[in-house]
Parts: sequence; structure tokens; C-alpha cells
Amino acid sequence: MKEISELNLPDDVRYTDDHEWARLEGDKVCIGLDDYAQDQLGDIVFVELPQTGDTFKKGEEFATVESVKAVCECYLPVSGEIIAVNTTLEESPELVNKSPYGDGWFVEVRPGDPSEMDRLMTNVACLEKLKGAM
Amino acid sequence: MLYLPHTSDEISSMLQVVGVNDIDDLFSTVPDDCRLKSDLNLPEALTEWELNNHMEALSKSMAVSPEYRVFLGAGSYEHYIPASVSYLLSRSEFVTSYTPYQPEMSQGTLQAIYEYQTLTAQLLGMEIATASHYDGATALAESLLMAIRITKRKKVAVSSLIHPLYRQVVRTYFEPTGFEIVELGYLENGMTDIAGLDDMDDLAAVAIQSPNFFGCIENLRAAGEKAHDRKALFIASFTEALAYGLLKSPGAQGADIVCGEGQSLGIPRSFGGPALGMLASRKKYMRSLPGRLVGKTKDLDGKRGFVLTLATREQHIRREKATSNICTNNSLCALAAVMYMASLGGTGIRELAGLNHDKAEYLKKGLKKAGCKIAFKTPTFNEFVVEFPAGFEATCERLMEKNIVPGLSLTPYYPELADHYLLCVTETKSRDDMDALVMEVQS
Amino acid sequence: MKESVGTTGLILNEPFLWDKGRKGRCGFSLPRRDVESVPLDEELRGEGPDFPDLSEVDVVRHYTRLSQWNFGVDTGMYPLGSCTMKYSPKTNERQASLPGFAEAHPMLPPSLSQGVLRMMFELEQYLAEITGMDATTLQPAAGAHGELTGMLLIHAFHKSKGSQRSKIIVPDTAHGTNPASAALCSYCSVPVKSNEQGILSVEAIAEVMDEDTAGIMITNPNTLGFFEENSRKIAGIVHAKGGLVYCDGANMNAVMGIVHMGKIGVDVMHLNLHKTFSTPHGGGGPGSGPVCVKKELEPFLPVPRVVKEKERYVLSGDYPESIGKVQAFHGNVGVTIKAYSYIRSMGAKNLKKASRLAVLNANYIKESLKGTLHLPYDRPCMHECVFSDELQKDDNVTTLDMAKRLMEYGFHPPTVYFPLVVHGAIMIEPTETESKEDIDQFIEAFKAIVSEARQNPDLLYDAPRRCKVRRLDEVTAARKPCLAG
Repeated sequence: MKEISELNLPDDVRYTDDHEWARLEGDKVCIGLDDYAQDQLGDIVFVELPQTGDTFKKGEEFATVESVKAVCECYLPVSGEIIAVNTTLEESPELVNKSPYGDGWFVEVRPGDPSEMDRLMTNVACLEKLKGAM
Repeated sequence: MLYLPHTSDEISSMLQVVGVNDIDDLFSTVPDDCRLKSDLNLPEALTEWELNNHMEALSKSMAVSPEYRVFLGAGSYEHYIPASVSYLLSRSEFVTSYTPYQPEMSQGTLQAIYEYQTLTAQLLGMEIATASHYDGATALAESLLMAIRITKRKKVAVSSLIHPLYRQVVRTYFEPTGFEIVELGYLENGMTDIAGLDDMDDLAAVAIQSPNFFGCIENLRAAGEKAHDRKALFIASFTEALAYGLLKSPGAQGADIVCGEGQSLGIPRSFGGPALGMLASRKKYMRSLPGRLVGKTKDLDGKRGFVLTLATREQHIRREKATSNICTNNSLCALAAVMYMASLGGTGIRELAGLNHDKAEYLKKGLKKAGCKIAFKTPTFNEFVVEFPAGFEATCERLMEKNIVPGLSLTPYYPELADHYLLCVTETKSRDDMDALVMEVQS
Repeated sequence: MKESVGTTGLILNEPFLWDKGRKGRCGFSLPRRDVESVPLDEELRGEGPDFPDLSEVDVVRHYTRLSQWNFGVDTGMYPLGSCTMKYSPKTNERQASLPGFAEAHPMLPPSLSQGVLRMMFELEQYLAEITGMDATTLQPAAGAHGELTGMLLIHAFHKSKGSQRSKIIVPDTAHGTNPASAALCSYCSVPVKSNEQGILSVEAIAEVMDEDTAGIMITNPNTLGFFEENSRKIAGIVHAKGGLVYCDGANMNAVMGIVHMGKIGVDVMHLNLHKTFSTPHGGGGPGSGPVCVKKELEPFLPVPRVVKEKERYVLSGDYPESIGKVQAFHGNVGVTIKAYSYIRSMGAKNLKKASRLAVLNANYIKESLKGTLHLPYDRPCMHECVFSDELQKDDNVTTLDMAKRLMEYGFHPPTVYFPLVVHGAIMIEPTETESKEDIDQFIEAFKAIVSEARQNPDLLYDAPRRCKVRRLDEVTAARKPCLAG
């Protein structure tokens, strides 16, 4: 597993305590699982995603990620409607390991309240929190 | 004692290593008020030879062939089991191993179960099958719960011609859940009345057994279409796996999940258990399947090997969110089934299934000639319902005194069917056996 | 060190059944056709499954070769913690295969099945006596099935009192099946941590127990191998708020004839006949998970029950409060016969001795490997002891590596990575049927592996090399599942 110094935590996304990330892209928010979480889980074998049109409140469970030895539930960082789902993960769940912030994205959301983004952690805050936890 | 190898010298030297004087000291963490103060009140230990005598005496009081001719089926069937199957099944490498958590040391069990899953899927006309369940009844309960998970609906429709004891198990499983069970009645021809489905909404699943409890072959295709019209999953259940050597498979008729009892495939009846719960489904429901699955993969050198897979659905990882609480399958029973299916082969299973059907037809004809009424017109496999003249109970008692068990009275399960009996004929019943039954019924 | 048990030996490759089949072969003596053929309606007839056709020799060689890729208790020591892989006596197999038992139909009238009914009736009594409970059902097919039955009983009990409850307390050392079984009964599990001694504290339970909690599920002895010393007081707290105590009896092998479960406040518990009572595990079943209860829960037991009327045994379904049925017929009777034979062969004295020796064996391993492996809780254990790979961290060697290397020494690995409360857990349960010299050899093997970890860790990373296959790609197996050929 990676040392904290090896983690990739880009500054163009915001983070949750549960290690989802969210990136504002115009009027929509792209969402995925951060480098720390994918590294902890190990080889990801399956991602269960919601359907477009589903709506969730901030903090509601919207996806499940499975590795060989663990399962984790993912909670939506901002409230809103799912407008796109990364269906390539069905066939290639390893993308979450290979490219957590790129091809391994989970869903796109039309946010109900864009200001919720501001309440998520920056990469600096996220890193500090991880250091504190170790 | 044969199974306790320690000599008193060894015990002393082990106690020395542990650093205590007496084995009692090792139990120092058990508080006094938790202890049993006297000896267990159990019968005195028997020698191996005394045990043999005792068990043989118990065994001899049971009504089994060849002393008895038993025409009972109803979910437990008398079929011949080749000596080769019993012999292979007694190999201690299979018998005394655990669930194959360490695949490198368990490839035998794993490949055998993979073969079982493959042959089961073929027999039932489905894409995938689980590594087995406790019995047909629990496989049905698990299938219904699976459909509820998939569809996120809370109501299931279950044919009243599914084995009554299976339905009782389903009711027990469902009692604390708040899920609703609707029973579908039956028609005069001995088939499930599926017309009622037209008015039902929000169904997670429709479950039909074929051949059903009356032995009648159901129109699975029609039931499946109706289920799918209502966006419900269609579950086909069975108690006699051998029937699918002859009949159209449930998969070929639109079933989404197929579940039932595989005891017929090389497993002794043993008063009802251990049995073999078979469960198969379409591939798209793979991750919702309850219980164990074996998958094919490769080792570090690229050699073929097998592992337990999709384990994250299971309780040891998912705990309360698991697809079920099942920890084991009935592995050894699955092995018996695959050995039996392999021994029969495609050619053999067809012939054996055909013979079961033909023998049952022979007895039907004989009983008809003797003045009994065949209760339902629908074609059957190896079981059928006979309406005997009123007061058949007395005849039944007389037959039992002559070492014939003529069948199962349906009255306790279907009170409206007085004097109706469910009879079963397998390949183990000779023409003479059947002629004898007919003659006794007549006299 | 003595010569290692593990060695190389010729085993044979074997293709799939379907690659061996040749159309027209048959491995089954088809019964004589003494009736005429009656064609079945075309509409109903199918193609029949496309099974491979094989001769008897083909089938026998195939499964004999497969069996040789397996390791069983009869092959060698199988110290899986919490699984109680004790020796399965062969006389039990003989008894269960007697024709009167093996060929008995489950719906025979009682007048024609006295032998098996008597066996069931007596076994129920023996199990109640061994646990200190009042009544038993043999119907559950496995341990987890017993848990479910127990939860259903608790659910029915509360319902009969007029108020259902929503929660159940499950300690963090519990088997994963515990919360899953509770969830099937719509109970929400409330996790409780064990204390620094690895057992439950009275305070922790007092804090969470309330009048909306149906009860507690305690594994005793627990999965760390410790006796739950506070269980009597804990039961008092649970009972005071109207809850019930469920005991997971998977580890009963440590305390037969020693602990009276009834006395310590247990209301309902399951036993694993395939653990404590020597019936073979069969590569993962069939098992048997009888449930024993106190008087107050007896009316809810599954039906039918075996009842003795004068000198005859009958089946009675006349229990209006019963939860119903958890299996179609009477449970895994074939397995219960083996447990019955075991109890009759052992008697009270030897059952107690078995528990005492099981505990001695576990403590002997604990003391002998302490220092070689990290022992997170250094106190007297019951039937099993739990180590971790903490001391091997600097060698970059994990529990899994050691487990795989152990195979090459001719031992089945212990349970690994469970219980979850110990990081990198190695959970060893030798059972009483292992002799001192086998255990000594196991201890020596473990010591040798630990020194290899320091000097030549590649031996561990590459292990096993002497098995049929090397380490397998579980990731691809789960990503692209292939479940049928």
C-alpha cells in the first residue's frame, strides 16, 4: 500500500471524509473514488452504479465498490440527479485503480445546491486529515 | 479411547511446557458459577461392536426395500445409486476436507463443484448455477428472497401446487420480513391457476413447480410469460431433478431462476436429509445469487485452477448486508450429484427418465383397470394422484401389513382431496411390484 | 527438525468431464425395461441435457485423480481455527449408511420408522444434556442455519409477548454469519467491542442494552479462544430488559462436560455437529446445526417434533406457536446419525476428556509458538489460540505468505485474517485428536518458516510450489467470472 507521500490528491477536485471526490465541470459535478480509497481496497473487481435519473441527497449511498477482500459503500458528495453513469466500469472495473480521477469516474450529477461543493475538503485539508489519522 | 491419542506421559510433558500442574488449571477463566457440577448424564460408552449391534437393531425397524415396496415420492425419491458413486464419494480427501478457502490444497473439490455447476446449468437450461444449498425448500426460499432483492418489490406469488412443506419453509423464512406471499390456486386438471396473476401488481416473483406436487407437468412457458408481463421474475421450482432428462428444461421455457431438490441424483434418502438444494439463474443475476460459487481462473504459471469467487456477496465480508447468511453449501451432496450425472451421461439420463415415466404410466393403467380414478388428466412424469374408493385408509393399513406403502395421503395437505393419494414409481419398481400393488388394491 | 512431512509425489492431470466423454459410453447399469414405452406429448418433451457419456472406469479415474488434489483431516493436521477439524471416526460412516437409515423415506408413517425416530429423540436429549438446555430441534442444516433458526425463535418469542423489537447486540468477535442471520429476521445489529482482555465487558453491554433490543448473540468460547467470563452477568442485564441470550455454540468443543450453558443464562444456542461431534465437513457440507433452547422457547421450535408416547415414538405437528419449518423434512438426519454414534462411542467421560485435551493442545501450541509469532492476548486460551504477523513486518512477510508455505511442510494452514479484531490474525485450533508428535512437528514447521522469512523470504512468496497449482488469480476470477464450462 502507498505511503501518504505517494498519494495522488489533485487540487482540481474536492474530497469527502469517506474518500469520494467531486469535480465541478460547468453546471455538473463529476464524482469518483480517491486514490487513497482505491489503494486501500486493492484490485477492484466490481462497481455497482445507480441509473441515470436517480436522485440522491448529499451523503446518501449511491454506489458500491468491491475488491476481492472488501466491499465499500459510496456516499454522494453533493445532492442532485444522476445525469451520466460510467458504464465502462461494468466491463473494466480496474479503471478505478488505474485512473481514479480520469477514466475511473463513477457518475455525473446535476447538483441541487452547488454551494455544497464549498463544504467539501480541499486536497490540502484531505492530506492533513490523512496524516492525522496515521 | 480410539480417537484420543495422548499418553499420560505426554500429557505431563505438555503441561510442563504450558507451565501448569493440571489440565484443570487451564480452565481457570471459567467462573465457578458457570460450571457443570456433576458428570453429564449420558449412556455408558459403547465399544465399536456394541454400537454396531445397537445401530443395526434401530436400522432393522425401518421400512425399506427390498423387504418393503414403498410407492412414496413427494420430494424424496428412490433411485438406484451405482456402487462406483458411493465408493468415490467415500474418498476421505473429499469427505474430511473443509470449505475450500485454501484453493491450492482443495483443487479436487473445486473442480468437481465447477463441473457440478456446469452440469446443473445444462440440466436446467440455465447459464449459471450455485455450488448448492441445503435442500429444495431452502433453495426456493432463497430464490424468492433473491427476486425481492433484484426487483426491490415485496410481494411474491407462489403456486399452491409447490410442495406443501416447501411453502411452509418459505412462510417461516418470510414471517419476520414483512414480505407478502400470495398463493395461486389450482385447476381441475391439476395445474396451477395462473389467471389470477392478471390482477396482481408489484410482484417480485412468480414461482411454479413442475412437475408439481400432484406430479402434473405445468405449462411453464405460459406462466413465465404472465410473470414477465407483470415485470416479475419467473421462478421454476422442482422436487424431481431426473424429470429434466425427459422434459423441456425450465430455462428453455423462460425461467429466470430455477431451484429445487437434487436428491434423485445419487443421494440416499436418509429420512429426508442431507439433500441437495439446486439453484441456477441467468447470468445477469450472478451477483445477486445467494451462497457459494466456484470460478475458473489461472495460477501464477498460467495453469488452470479454481477458486471460490464473488465472495464479497457473502456474510464474512458483508456481514449484515450479505445476500444471505449461508456459510456452507452441501458440497459432498453436490459431488454425489455430479458423479451420478457423469455416470448416466446424456444418453443414460434420457433413457432412465423415460423408464421412470413409462413405469408410472404402466401403474396408472393398472390402477385404472382396477377401478381407481386417476385424479388429474394432465400428463405426469413419475408421480400421479389416484382417487381411491372412499375408506381407502383401511386398505392402506392392510397393505402396510403386507409390506407395501402405497403412497401419500393428500388429505392433510389438501383437505378437499379426501381419499386422494400421491403415488410414485421409479426405475426401482418392477412390473411385479406394481402388479402386486394393483392386486392388493383390488382385493 | 525431523524430516518434513511435506514432499513431492506424482499426481496426475485430469481434463474436464466433458473433454473425456465419448458419445455412446455409459457408466450406469440401466435397469431392465419390463414395461412398454409410452410416448410423452411432443410439446412437453425436451432435448435432454447434453451431458458427456463416460464409462464407469472414466468416472472412477476422473474423481480419484481429483480427490488426490485435495487435503483432508485423514491426510494430516488441519488446524483451522473455529472450524474444529477433528478426526471423523469411521464407525460413524458405517452406521449412517445402514440401509434402514440411508434408504428410509422421510414420510414413512411413524409405525414404520421407529428406529430413526428413537435415534432422533435420544440425540435431542443428549444434546440438551450436554449444553444444559431443555429441548432440541435437529432440523437446521448447518451452523448458520441454526443461527437463523435461533433468531426466528427469538423473533417469535417477542411477537408472542405482543411487542416486537428492532435491534440485536452482536460483538465484534462474532462470526460474519451472526449479523447476516439477524438481518434475515429484520433485526438491526448493534456492534459491541470486546475489551483489552479480548472478552465482553459488563459495562459495554449495559450501555447498549435497552427495551428495543431483542437480545444478544454471544459466541462462547469466543473467536479469540477465550471464555466469556462475564457472560452470566451479561445475561442478567439482557434478561432484566426482557431480552434473550443467543449463544453461538460453534466452539462447544472446548467446554463439554465443563460448562453448563443453561446456568450462565443462555436461552437458545446452536451446535455444529460437524465441529464438536465429529461428523465430517465434506468439503463444505452437509453439516448439521441443531438448536437447543430453554423451556420458555420450546413452544416455538420447528415442527414436526419427535414425541415419545408410552414406548412408541411419533411425529407431532401440534405446536400452534411453532415458527414452522426450516428444512423440508427432518433436518440432515444422515449427519445426526454420525453425531449420535459419536456420543454413544464416547460417553460422558470421554467427551469431557476430549474438551480437556483440545484445550491442552491449544495452550501447548500457544506457549510453544509465543515469541516466534506475536501473541496479541497472552492469557490462558480454550480450544484455539490467535497469533498475528506483527513480528514478521520487518521481514515483509505476511500471514498469507506463512500460510502458503505451511502447505509445503504438509499442513493445512490455520484460519487466517480472522477474527478481524486482530490484524493479520493466525487462528490455530488443533483439536484433541492431534497427537503430541504431530503438534510438535507443526510447531517446528512454523518455527522453520519464521526463520526462512528472515533468511530467504522468496521461499514464502513463491509458496506453494508443491501443490497441484500455485497461487491463483482471484482478481480475474472475480472481475470476469467464469462459473460454468
